[in-house]
Amino acid sequence: METTNLLAVPKFCEVYNIELGFVNALHEHGLIELVILQNVQYVQHEHLRDLERLIRLHYDLEINMEGIDVIAHLLKRVEAMQEEMAILRNSQFIK
Amino acid sequence: MEYIDYYKILEIEKSATETDIKKAYRRLARKYHPDVNPNDENAKKKFQQINEANEVLSDPANRKKYDQYGKDWKHAEQFEKQNAQRGDPQGGFQGNNDFGENDFSDFFASMFGGGGGRSNRTKYRGQDSNAQLQLDIKDVYITKQQTLNINGKSIRINIPAGVENGQVIKLSGYGSAGANGGPNGDLFITFVINNNTKFKREGSHLYTTIDLDLYTALLGGDITIDTMNGQVKLPVKTETQAGTQVKLKGKGFPVYKKEGEFGDLFVTYKISLPTHLSEKEKELFKELANIRK
Repeated sequence: METTNLLAVPKFCEVYNIELGFVNALHEHGLIELVILQNVQYVQHEHLRDLERLIRLHYDLEINMEGIDVIAHLLKRVEAMQEEMAILRNSQFIK
Repeated sequence: MEYIDYYKILEIEKSATETDIKKAYRRLARKYHPDVNPNDENAKKKFQQINEANEVLSDPANRKKYDQYGKDWKHAEQFEKQNAQRGDPQGGFQGNNDFGENDFSDFFASMFGGGGGRSNRTKYRGQDSNAQLQLDIKDVYITKQQTLNINGKSIRINIPAGVENGQVIKLSGYGSAGANGGPNGDLFITFVINNNTKFKREGSHLYTTIDLDLYTALLGGDITIDTMNGQVKLPVKTETQAGTQVKLKGKGFPVYKKEGEFGDLFVTYKISLPTHLSEKEKELFKELANIRK
């Protein structure tokens, strides 16, 4: 598999100044997807935005892993509902 | 500039301790953080206010100035210098919140709504303000107008095509209000251009890498590629090597303030080799390899 779309987790942690254990904990909670190649963990570029958001929740807002889990779940629901609302609103103009 | 009550924003009393401020900030930040309020402009605005309030009130020196000078706290040093020049041995009125007419000049009294009839007032130009305007790269591909709400005032600005990320424009007189009839400061807007496209932008030139299948690379052919304004057909020469770069003249980004002028699009080929070869294919490749020996 090519690694051009991947960012090594140790490098990511170094750049963002966060603990490797935190990323592992997010992975264990099923909050992020990691790719493992030759014993090195990688995060896919398209998941970086989500990972950055989880980092902010933890480090800026001091929310623990359980809290992040709940928030991430609720956010998914909120975003899905917002999307649905947008579709419904737009469909009114299409008719 | 309107007076912003930072205590009210953080929902705390004026007597709040540093711990109270920290707690209030944390509580409200969790409530209004943009990450937990997706696509909610009101929450975003509120979060900015909370941050601003926290920045001022969590710093004891800034808090003291804010408590003394209110909305003009950023001018505190100017006021104090002015007071010193006027011969006040106290060098201002630190630690004193009683702005009685007898103790202070009209200058300060007028600032805090006190009485007085003397006309010795110094005009101060308002502070310059800075703001960021987030735009998508596609938004600056064409010249457009955008209405901004600045301190409650709607202004329409022209955003020329080709604006660069980090470019700053000045809106004269849209900064903080001046004091005592002084002119308003200026507003500096920094453009933050988000690029979620496959194109890397350098000035007016665009760069992209595309996958080319082995057979087209070897035998040549036509491919269709995406540009910023639609798809174009691109002929590929025979025996094109990996890393070859071709230039599509005028298919790049608009040149800033030069209507109708565009940069170039540089396309670099990446050769994709076929995978999961069948036995037949392997045989044929071996045959090819033998021919090359």
